[in-house]
Amino acid sequence: MIELRHLSKTFESKKKNEDVLALNDVSLHVKKGEIFGVIGYSGAGKSTLVRCVNYLERPTSGEVIIDGAELGEMSTEQLRQARQNIGMIFQGFNLLTTANVYDNIAIPLKLTGVSSSEIKKRVDKYLNIVGLADKKKVFPNQLSGGQKQRVAIARALSHEPEVLLSDEATSALDPETTDAILDLLLKINREFGITILLITHEMHVIQKICDQVAVMENGQVIEQGKVIDIYTQPKNKTTEKFVSSIFPSDIPDTIIDDLEKQGPIINLTFVGHSADQPALSMLSKQFDIQSNILSGNIVQLKDQPFGKLTAHIQGDKVETDKALAYLQEQGVKVSEVKRRG
Amino acid sequence: MVKLMNEILAFIDRWSGLIWESTIETFQMVSISLIISIIIGLPLGVLLVLSRPGKSLGNKYLSGFLNVIINIIRSVPFIILLFTLLPFTRFIVGTSMGVRGVIVPLVVFTAPYIARLMESALLEVDKGVIEAYEAMGIRTRDIIWHVMVREAKPSIILGITIAVIGLIGATAMAGLVGAGGLGDVAYRFGHLRYEPVVMYATIVILIIIIQVIQTLGNQIADRAKKD
Repeated sequence: MIELRHLSKTFESKKKNEDVLALNDVSLHVKKGEIFGVIGYSGAGKSTLVRCVNYLERPTSGEVIIDGAELGEMSTEQLRQARQNIGMIFQGFNLLTTANVYDNIAIPLKLTGVSSSEIKKRVDKYLNIVGLADKKKVFPNQLSGGQKQRVAIARALSHEPEVLLSDEATSALDPETTDAILDLLLKINREFGITILLITHEMHVIQKICDQVAVMENGQVIEQGKVIDIYTQPKNKTTEKFVSSIFPSDIPDTIIDDLEKQGPIINLTFVGHSADQPALSMLSKQFDIQSNILSGNIVQLKDQPFGKLTAHIQGDKVETDKALAYLQEQGVKVSEVKRRG
Repeated sequence: MVKLMNEILAFIDRWSGLIWESTIETFQMVSISLIISIIIGLPLGVLLVLSRPGKSLGNKYLSGFLNVIINIIRSVPFIILLFTLLPFTRFIVGTSMGVRGVIVPLVVFTAPYIARLMESALLEVDKGVIEAYEAMGIRTRDIIWHVMVREAKPSIILGITIAVIGLIGATAMAGLVGAGGLGDVAYRFGHLRYEPVVMYATIVILIIIIQVIQTLGNQIADRAKKD
C-alpha cells in the first residue's frame, strides 16, 4: 500500500557545508491493512519520513508509491487528489479554533467537493465512531487533548482514506488518554481496514497496536521487522534500548559478578503460549538445580503475550546446561546475562 | 444657571449644523476609503505572506518588491503624501478637491498600512492547521480564505480598528484640499478664527467616536475568537 524506495531528504542550511541529511536512503514497505510503526529518538528523521509520505515534505531523492502511484511524478492537481486518499493526524491536533467540532469536519469535506447531504451523513457517522456525537456544537478550546485528537481522527476518517499517517499523535497526551486513542486507531484499522503508518518515540505505542516496526537513527532505518521479532531478538543497540524501556531489568554489575560464581544468570524470553507455562518450577523438578528470579515482566503485544524473566540458576555445570537445553526445546528463548563493564 | 443654559443653546444653534455636516463628511471619507483600502490591503497582506521565501508562492523578488514599495509609501507623512499625489489624484478621479479628491490619498496612505496589519495577523495563524489542510488535498486559494483569513479574523478585526483610527486622524488634514470634516472645522474655526469652544466640541466628538470604534472593534474581535 505504501512503498518508500531509497528516500533521502537534505535540508539546505543557509551556511555552506552545514546541510542536514534528515533521511538517508530509507526504504519501507507497508502492506495493506497493516499498522506499521516507526520508532526513534527525536532528531532521528522519523517526522521527516512521515511528512514525505504525503509530500508535505518533498524528498530530495527516492520514490513514494501509494497504492501503485508514484507521488513524485504527479502534477499539483493529481497530488491534491492523491492526498485526499491519505489521512493524517498530528501531535498538535491542528483543528480550526474558530470553528466548532461539526464545522471542523464539515469544512474540509465541503472544500474537497463532497455534497452537503453526504457531509451531514459522514460527520454524524465518524463523530459516532470516535465517541463525540454529543459535542458537535462545541469549540475545540473547550475540549480536552484526547477529545481534540478524536475530532482530528474523525476529520481524517471523514475523507474515507485508505491510508492514515500519524505524526506523534499521542505524544502530547497523558498515558490513559494515549491508550484510549490507540484503542481507537486499532478499532478503525480493524473495522475499515485502513492502513496506518505511525511514528512515535514510545515503545508502548509500538507494542500495543503495531504489526511491523522500523527503528530509525540518524536518518536511517537500522532495523525493521515484525514487532515480536524486534522484541525477542533486537539486533541493534538502539533497538535494545527501546525494548528495555518496556522491561527495565538492568542488574548491577557487582551482583552479576557475585552470582556468576554459583551458576549462570539467564534471560528467558517467552512468546505466545510459552508465556503461560510454569517453566522455572518444572526446571527445578526435573533437574538438580535451584532457580532464583531476579526480575520478570509480561506484556501484551498486539496479538500475543510476551514475557521476559531474568533468573539465576544454581547447580553444577552439567545440570544447568541440560536445564537450559530443555528450556530451549520448550520454545523459550534463553540468553545469558553478562556484565556490561 | 439660566445664563449658562442660554449660552449652550446659542452655541448649539449657531454651530450644530456645521459640526453635524462635518461629522458626516468625516464618516464619508473614512468609510469609503476604508472599504477601498481593505479591498486592496487584504489581498496585498495575503500576497506579502505567501510570497515570503519558503511559503507556497515563495518568491524573493516579488516579496522584496512589495516590501520596498510599502515601506516607501509608509515613510511619507500623510500631509506630504496629500500634496505629492495631487496630479495622480486628478488623473484618477478627475479632481483633487473635496471628498472625492481626498479619497485617493487616503487609500494610498491606508492600504499599505492595512496590508502590514493583515500580514502580521495572518502570520499568527498556526502553521500546523495550514499543513493539515494541505495534507487533506485542499486548494491553496481555499486554504487562504477558509483557514488563514478565517483563523486570523480576530486579529484582522483589531487591525482594521487600528487602521480606522489612523484614518480618522488623517482626515483631519483633508481640509487642506477642501474636503471638510471634523478636523477641518476644528482648524478653521477653532484655530484660525479663534473660537476655542468649537475646537473643544470637535475634540469631544472625536474622542467619543474613537472610544466607540475601539470598544466595538474589541467586542467583535472577541466574538470572532470563539473561546
